[in-house]
Amino acid sequence: MTEVKSPEVPAPPAAVPSELTPGGRWGRVRPFLPLVALAVALTLPYSTLHLPGIFEGALNEPGTLQLLAVCMVFGGLAAGYDLLFGRTGMLSFGHALYFAAGVYGTDILVTKAGLPLWQAALFTITGGTILAALIGAVALRTVGIAFAMVTLAFAQVGAILVARDFGGLTGGEEGLPLDVSGVPEALVGVTNTVNLYWLALAYLVVVVFVVHRVSGSPTGRVLAGLRDDERRVGVLGLDPYRFKLVAFTLAGGLAAAGGVVYCLIVGGASPHITSSELTLSLLVMVVLGGPGTRWGPVLGGILYMYLDHRLVAFGASEAVDALPAFLSRPLSQPLFVLGAVFILAVYFFPGGLASLAPRLALLRGSLRIPSRGR
Amino acid sequence: MDTIILLTLTGLGLAALYFLVASGLSLVFGLADVLNFAHGLFLGVGAYATWWAAGNLPGAGGDGFGFVVAVAFGVLAGTLVAVLVELVLIRPLYSRTIEQVLVTVGLSLAGVALLQATWGADARTFPRPEWTRQVTNVLGANVPNGGLLLIVAAVLVLGAILTFLRWTRYGLVIRAGVENREMVTALGIDVRKAFTLVFAIGGAAAALAGALGSVYFGTVSPGQGGSLLIFAFIVVVIGGMGSVVGSAYAAVAVGLLQQFVNYYGTSGLGDICVVGLLAVVLLLRPQGIAGKVATA
Repeated sequence: MTEVKSPEVPAPPAAVPSELTPGGRWGRVRPFLPLVALAVALTLPYSTLHLPGIFEGALNEPGTLQLLAVCMVFGGLAAGYDLLFGRTGMLSFGHALYFAAGVYGTDILVTKAGLPLWQAALFTITGGTILAALIGAVALRTVGIAFAMVTLAFAQVGAILVARDFGGLTGGEEGLPLDVSGVPEALVGVTNTVNLYWLALAYLVVVVFVVHRVSGSPTGRVLAGLRDDERRVGVLGLDPYRFKLVAFTLAGGLAAAGGVVYCLIVGGASPHITSSELTLSLLVMVVLGGPGTRWGPVLGGILYMYLDHRLVAFGASEAVDALPAFLSRPLSQPLFVLGAVFILAVYFFPGGLASLAPRLALLRGSLRIPSRGR
Repeated sequence: MDTIILLTLTGLGLAALYFLVASGLSLVFGLADVLNFAHGLFLGVGAYATWWAAGNLPGAGGDGFGFVVAVAFGVLAGTLVAVLVELVLIRPLYSRTIEQVLVTVGLSLAGVALLQATWGADARTFPRPEWTRQVTNVLGANVPNGGLLLIVAAVLVLGAILTFLRWTRYGLVIRAGVENREMVTALGIDVRKAFTLVFAIGGAAAALAGALGSVYFGTVSPGQGGSLLIFAFIVVVIGGMGSVVGSAYAAVAVGLLQQFVNYYGTSGLGDICVVGLLAVVLLLRPQGIAGKVATA
């Protein structure tokens, strides 16, 4: 902080983000990959393709579509959480609270208060955003690890409120099934799972769009500045507190919206979504995918939820059962596998999935050079 | 009157449990800046190792001297796991705080899943000595002995840690390290040895909390550590990071508040009051009751 640099020293050239550097053949195709992925996602419900081992049934069966919808909601949630963790550098351990507020808010307003779905969704998202703003206003008075602990404590209040079932609103341990009489018919029933799939896809697209717009805007640049050097942003005359509160509130609102969609997909609310474990898994998703990257968190979220669901089947499969007990038992616990993968990821590929491609390219390059020399 | 005495003593029992978990967390955080999510795992390891030893280890049992051996085995197991975690997982990431937190998060998920894989998700009955099931009459109130045992253990641990910190060379290094780690390193002292030591102390205290807490509750389950851990975090923040004495005061405040409000208000209200207390403390005195500034 005290070192004085002479003005003649040229500033090091700004690092060009990897997605902007042309990468050979792929360089021209890469910008279109998300569009290709979107096109694939749009055609999935019309496909009767069987992918044995990857999904249980055909792609357009309700079970598969529901799994995909849940995966996409969590992809969106992870992208929203990345706005805090990857792009602003805030380590919040309470993000599950706003998601749970979305799920329980919708559920209670529809089931207990008898509101129509669109009103319930509107109230819930507004309420979730206000909640995030209020809690953020208190929690952001601390920074770093203390901030993490404070958000964790507030999220714990949510978990207690839900578990203790005050006024019989939340159904306690049992959860609260959604009363479908207030929900439009197109969103109810097994045959209409495809509509829920569209809804989840729309949510994912909206979140990705919002996060990209925000991080590309001047505000987003301030947020990145806060992540890299908060004191410097303060010295430049910008109030870190306000910008962080904006990011926190926006991420909370997005999570509440995700809760509304999730509530419709699974048809109710259960108390495990309020647990701190959910926030921890959001963190795992973002770190596995690659914090602060464009598509990493989305991929991480989708992959994590997919593995979380499919590893149960994997653990019960014959291949695992045939292993000795000390191997097969831990492998049948999805969280053990995911936790171990996560630890390995922190050590061996800190940039997450998104950093794999450039790393592999680097590896390929270094393997090629000696062969050329010969 | 005896209701108040009973609530005070059971509240102190709860406080003792929080203190046993929080003291290690606080030291680890104060010295190494690691928010240790795996601390709940140490607690679980201690509880399950005690449970296992009481059934399987020769010389150990559920009663009398055998129970002491079983608890000693549990504490040893917790200490070993803590030291291993520090040496293998935390030390290579020296001074990369966020990565260290992430590793402990992964460890807490994987570790609890491993406990669950080995012993099942359901709670198991804990073998406890006959006398811990009985009650002692204190000034007209019938207090469960398990709670009194926790209080005695916590007071002993507090005394031991304070003696260690005040009167030994390593204690001096730890106290200096909490205050200014760079300066200790600059003086040519290997602070990382102190990290391992602090992890060992924290692991031992957490394992003891796991064993005695299971005696108090009568059961042991894989998720036990996680729910205690959140309140231990709150105790650490209120008490001030890195201050053992602050943790003790904060644990007493939190335990009593929780017990009294849960009894006189609705059940669950006490837990919420504790978080309210946390918010108030943070707004009025961000560095906690005692200790270095928490905002770092």
